[in-house]
Amino acid sequence: MSDPTTEHLTTAGKSPASGRKKRRVAGRAHIVVFLAPAVLIYTVFSIYPLVESLRLSLFDGLPDGSAVWNGLGNYATLLFDANWAGQFWNALWNNLILFFIHMVVQNPIGLLLAALLSLAPRFGGTYRTLIFVPTLLSVVIVGFIWELILSPLWGVSETILGGIGLAWLYQPWLGLESSALVTVSLISVWQYVGIPMMLIYAALLSIPDELIDAARVDGLNGWWIFWKVKLPLILPTLGIVAILTYIGNFTASFDLIYSIQGALGAPNYSTDVMGTLLFRTFFGQQLQIGDTYMGATIASMMFFIILIGVSFYLVLVQRRLQRYEM
Amino acid sequence: MTDMTSDSRARSSRAKGLSTKFAVHAVLAGYTLIAIFPVILVVLNSFKNRRGIFTDPLGIPAGETFSMEGYATVLTEGDFLTYFSNSLIVTVSSLFLILLLGAMAAHALAEYRFRLNTFIGIYLILGIMVPIRLGTVAILELMVDLNLVNTLLALILVYTASGLPVAVFILTEFMRTLSRDIKDCARVDGLSEYRIFFEVVVPLIRPVLATVAVFSMIPIWNDLWFPLILASGDATKTVTLGVQQFIGQYTVNWSAVLASLSIAILPVLGLYALFSRQLIAGITSGAVKG
Amino acid sequence: MNTMLKTTTATLALCIASGSVMAQDATITIESWRSEDQAIWDNVLIPAFQESHPGIEVQFTPTAPTEYNAALNARLEGGTAGDLIVCRPFDGSLALFERGQLADISDLEGLSNFPDFARAAWQTDDASATFCVPMASVIHGFIYNADAFAELGLEEPTTVDEFFAVLDAIQEDGTYTPLAIGSADQWEAATMAYTNIGPTYWGGEAGRQALIEGSAAFTDPEYVAPFEVMERWTDYMGRSYQAQGYTDSQNLFTLGRAAIYPTGSWEISGFNAQADFEMGAFPPPVQAAGDTCYISDHTDIGIGMNAATDNPEAARTFLEWVASPEFAELYTNELPGFFSLSNAEFEVEDPLAQEMISWRQECESTIRVAHQILSRGEPNTWNNMWTVSANVFNDAASPEEAAAALQDGLAAWYAPQQN
Repeated sequence: MSDPTTEHLTTAGKSPASGRKKRRVAGRAHIVVFLAPAVLIYTVFSIYPLVESLRLSLFDGLPDGSAVWNGLGNYATLLFDANWAGQFWNALWNNLILFFIHMVVQNPIGLLLAALLSLAPRFGGTYRTLIFVPTLLSVVIVGFIWELILSPLWGVSETILGGIGLAWLYQPWLGLESSALVTVSLISVWQYVGIPMMLIYAALLSIPDELIDAARVDGLNGWWIFWKVKLPLILPTLGIVAILTYIGNFTASFDLIYSIQGALGAPNYSTDVMGTLLFRTFFGQQLQIGDTYMGATIASMMFFIILIGVSFYLVLVQRRLQRYEM
Repeated sequence: MTDMTSDSRARSSRAKGLSTKFAVHAVLAGYTLIAIFPVILVVLNSFKNRRGIFTDPLGIPAGETFSMEGYATVLTEGDFLTYFSNSLIVTVSSLFLILLLGAMAAHALAEYRFRLNTFIGIYLILGIMVPIRLGTVAILELMVDLNLVNTLLALILVYTASGLPVAVFILTEFMRTLSRDIKDCARVDGLSEYRIFFEVVVPLIRPVLATVAVFSMIPIWNDLWFPLILASGDATKTVTLGVQQFIGQYTVNWSAVLASLSIAILPVLGLYALFSRQLIAGITSGAVKG
Repeated sequence: MNTMLKTTTATLALCIASGSVMAQDATITIESWRSEDQAIWDNVLIPAFQESHPGIEVQFTPTAPTEYNAALNARLEGGTAGDLIVCRPFDGSLALFERGQLADISDLEGLSNFPDFARAAWQTDDASATFCVPMASVIHGFIYNADAFAELGLEEPTTVDEFFAVLDAIQEDGTYTPLAIGSADQWEAATMAYTNIGPTYWGGEAGRQALIEGSAAFTDPEYVAPFEVMERWTDYMGRSYQAQGYTDSQNLFTLGRAAIYPTGSWEISGFNAQADFEMGAFPPPVQAAGDTCYISDHTDIGIGMNAATDNPEAARTFLEWVASPEFAELYTNELPGFFSLSNAEFEVEDPLAQEMISWRQECESTIRVAHQILSRGEPNTWNNMWTVSANVFNDAASPEEAAAALQDGLAAWYAPQQN
């Protein structure tokens, strides 16, 4: 696990500076010093174990626990076998819905809250702290709280709806195939809205006052300043938010769904996502025996899907940054 | 805490008149209510007996429904003090490593041009794309070999490794936007590259570091899986694992469950408040505006 | 020289002494999904074991059921799993044995204390090797609020018609939710509904074996019928039962707000602690008066030995003790509702548990239909059964569609069902 990276690093250290902007730096050893600790720990405790697991997607297991080479056979099974393909596409589709809901609900709300907070209203710090509270909670807690609130038995949501004359609206949302996924997504939005809010807030604060003052001198009002000056400046941050949402949607959202809807994505697989499919395949579920090999295959597919999204983002950002520099 | 970030902006918003101000507060207060109502509900009901929790979930605990039995059960049955200190040690140490190593790596990527820059940049963020949980068996075998099973160090190493990608990703993006003049200035003054990093760059990115700290803290504090696999012994158990096992043991005893949930919420809030102050300090010092 | 020799001898003596202590002193840990039982293990079972076996430390370290399979697998692969492993029945543990993770304990003397059907749950198909000591079975049926029944002048129903007449009467009165079961967590729909009442329709073991042999299919009327009955239940379940989870149902019943709880006997100890009313129990109602009744008497929990344990001696000693009549009696009475599978005879103290175990005499016993052999492939029949049973409750599938989904899933990989 040590060799390839160290080798890269040394070459990196010795190689002459390339690229358009040369730095006036004597030695290059400091680059290695800066990078090595992170790369080392990350390689040993993250990349190596993941590669160990993912390579199993090319093997098939035998009952006695040994493995045989299977090439891309598992991938073919996952994509074309009626039983697996149905689950796979259903889970992927649900993930995309989840992503969509986060993009149109969570991030705009985060942006709105950040924009309002950046106006430095009284009690701004208090608002910010309190709105961030749900983000700090574990899914064990969040799942438990919301199941209670939405439970027909406890009647909290019904009482509250009744208080504003909307009791007839009440439905067992988490239990209905039509609404379960949206409901879980909204719970996730509730929990994680603090992240885009904080990132955008930090970005808004880092906009130099001079720019805003200049715009004001030009006679722009608050709204126009926001649209014409601030928003373009925080676009990179919005990009980060989008890509983090995309990734989190495949990884973080799993815990919440697993905790609320179970490993089978109840009801009737309507909340089954890549994460739950992966977890029950990889580790097993009740009488279903964990299948490391198919699990690794699903994980690798998930990796490729995320990689496509991230590459798409990187290409866009890279282009934009290059334009900036020229 | 009120932010006194920018007087000019505050003044201008005052000038907008009362209606705008009211609207701003209405939205923020409204959303704040949505954010904390469920939490309040849990804390409120943790002070009730089981019947009280069910018959009047929205009521204030008083008289007949008031009960501390939940807390009594939690405090006698679980060793929550140990769990807290374990969680604290793991979270703070991992955060320190993530921020230090992450910032160093991000600095190298954002500041210097060298062959493999892009490659290492991409390599370092690959880790976000696969849930680290998949590597469990290999990680466990590794920890067995290193004789680290049932130690907090095992958790710290795994969390540092899995937290680095996001930290490097966010920090690199922010560091690219830093003005180059200051650093070049410092170089002209003869500062070493290390001093430039620690004395020029780190102060500049403090608010972002605080932000990254908060984000990295959440999954670490709340993780259930690795404590379960790597350190489930009583001496190394973390709060989240302790609470989850407690819930498993007392499924129907909701007074006890809600009490344990309430107890688990408090320290995260404290930890957050700590970083939150750092974050504000970073912002108000005006460092970012340089 | 002299001193050195002395030291060496002393050290040697110390070594020998500590060595002999080591042979006896061992700490063994138990992996289990039964977090609820922590107190009973710590306070009753382990002390009882240590009384007769001083020198062996035992630690009960459960993992929540939702994480158990995953955590256990990881620990077995990584080599950090406990010495003793609480086993799920049939295919779940069989795979662990085939991978060489559970030890062969066929030569354990205590195994002779168990009847064949009990051992079958933890044996290879040809019964040549046993890998877990049977601990207990759970019996399905219905627990009811006896105070409510008395108040409304109701009797325990014995036939399906009587059952629905009782439900109608409770519904009419309006004080209680007739049936405390929801579909949110899915597994209750399969466990406490379909495989609870099903054996009555498919004739218990005969129907189960017919599926394994391939001479019957889930789409046959006797396997569809239970779904049809479940469909009728929905009129009597709590409002918005689609979002009602397992703990919701438990609370609904123990708070005295529901009259009948379709159950497994494992609820007894929890219910005894939480409910402040009298409870009774009746077995699944039969179709016509005088018919044979069938119960699901499911071999649910066993305990085996990690093949990689460092303390095989101590672990086997403990397993022998678990197989003993002493453990059988202790376990059954400390955890009423988990009925020891041992041949040992003893008094069951809890009245509710007594009632349920007495059904073994009146009714024919069988186990949950999906557990043996039928859940060995992909798609997994037991997982399927969770989903389709909940679908029937949620009106997302008709009984015929649900049965067809089960059959399609099974026929996809199970040869005897592919003709």
